[in-house]
Amino acid sequence: MNREDFKLLENNLIYFDNGATTLKPKVVRDAINDYYDKYSANAHRGDYKISAIVDSLYEDTRKKVANFINAKEPSEIVFTSGTTNGMNMIVFGFFKKYLKEGDEVLITLSEHASNIIPWFILQKEIGIKVKYIELNDKHEVEINNVRNAITNKTKVISLAYITNVIGDERPIKEISKLAHDNNILMVVDAAQGAPHKKINVQEDDIDFMAFSGHKMYGPTGIGVLYGKFDLLDKMIPMNYGGGMNAMFTKDGYVELREIPTRLEGGTPNIEGVIGLGEAVTYLENIGIDKINEYEKNLRKYLIDELSKLDFIEIYNKDNDSNIVAFNIKGVFAQDTAVYLDKYNICVRAGNHCAKILNNVFNINNTVRISLSFYNNKEEIDLLINVLKNSANIWKEIL
Amino acid sequence: MDKDFKRTIILDNYQNPNNKKVSGNDHIKINTRNVSCIDNLDIYLKVNNDVIEDVTFEGEACVISISSTNILINLLIGKTRNEGINIIDNYLKMINEEEYDKEVLKELLVFDDTSKQPSRIKCATLSANGIKSYLEKENHS
Repeated sequence: MNREDFKLLENNLIYFDNGATTLKPKVVRDAINDYYDKYSANAHRGDYKISAIVDSLYEDTRKKVANFINAKEPSEIVFTSGTTNGMNMIVFGFFKKYLKEGDEVLITLSEHASNIIPWFILQKEIGIKVKYIELNDKHEVEINNVRNAITNKTKVISLAYITNVIGDERPIKEISKLAHDNNILMVVDAAQGAPHKKINVQEDDIDFMAFSGHKMYGPTGIGVLYGKFDLLDKMIPMNYGGGMNAMFTKDGYVELREIPTRLEGGTPNIEGVIGLGEAVTYLENIGIDKINEYEKNLRKYLIDELSKLDFIEIYNKDNDSNIVAFNIKGVFAQDTAVYLDKYNICVRAGNHCAKILNNVFNINNTVRISLSFYNNKEEIDLLINVLKNSANIWKEIL
Repeated sequence: MDKDFKRTIILDNYQNPNNKKVSGNDHIKINTRNVSCIDNLDIYLKVNNDVIEDVTFEGEACVISISSTNILINLLIGKTRNEGINIIDNYLKMINEEEYDKEVLKELLVFDDTSKQPSRIKCATLSANGIKSYLEKENHS
């Protein structure tokens, strides 16, 4: 649906790599152009008309995003450069001070690199322990396994809302209830979740959350860090300088501004924020629940059709996400991707930044299809046809 | 060389790579993990008195990567260090569309149009670069 909103889809391109980044609708592009053509001023700086427009668009986006994830107030929304930036702010801006040697962080083997490596580094720096919640046979998180992994040293549980290879959705509300009952903070990486699923940070009682604009139809280089106000207020800024200080004097006295401005030092990515605001409006106009429903049905169709091909191995048949990981039996994932590219079908091959998942998967590399609402059954039929002819793969790619 | 013939050679070296095995402690092991793609090969090298006595490899990689590694190894075994470096230099020149000496490349000529697929250049040069930097190191045993 809504294919006409995307310029790139006019070129017979079949874009199945939405987990990496989504295409951008024309309205997002136009919003960015308007910023440069009509009111290209800095935010929070000038006393002239076009600067006031920028100010209001910038802060409007904060309100829109707060509303999008149902945060209690806009001041709980901090603009970042993306999920990776947000996760690093959470780990090094907050938990580096909050945690002590011996404290434990629970993650899983199917997390994205940005929810693993910062914790590994903190482990080295201050001696916390990174531990893994066991995954079930379907490589998913079950509440009982979370319960079993908790010890009296556990201080944080940090999980993806939806994982980026398997695509399983975690029971975040239940996990966060369990966490809070045990005085544990709940961190959520919503990079894959936010574009496909209505997330309600108050209902799920999430303490910190990070996600990216470009995976939800917005521009690259912009993301969101959400934190409960009292926690954000304790976060140490990563960037000191312009925009984030209230005053400073020559003897070294520095007074910082309030949350969230304090955490957004330097001139922000204004075009990114404006584009993100437009993307949020765009998504809400379509309706995120409608998107979720459509993508679920499309995935079911894809799985049904792929299952009819006996030379295809599917690694995550049963879930409700937008992601399917598979291989042509006996063909290296990258060769399959190069083959599909001959037919303008864009897929991802590799380990998808989840480099320790092979510990449970017994396979290093897969072809990944991650669907969007602009994909349709006709595209899947074309894919299936190309796969049916894949006996010719070597003739096509060599 | 005709396209079908090239394909046959590339595929044969991919499907039945005679040098694909782990070697023991008498070999030096280098990993050629590619940052821009997902190929991941370990290469085992044994150089004695300046002669490349044996090379093997193990790992997971695409057709171009495995096939080029296997063919390159066939050419390197028995050569001196400098002869080996010369073969690799000419191979890299061919892949990068520069002037090169066809005589020394033999079967590696099947990759003479790989440069037309820019995404495959990394795959084709993965092992060559790894082996070259080892051979160029001074004072190896």
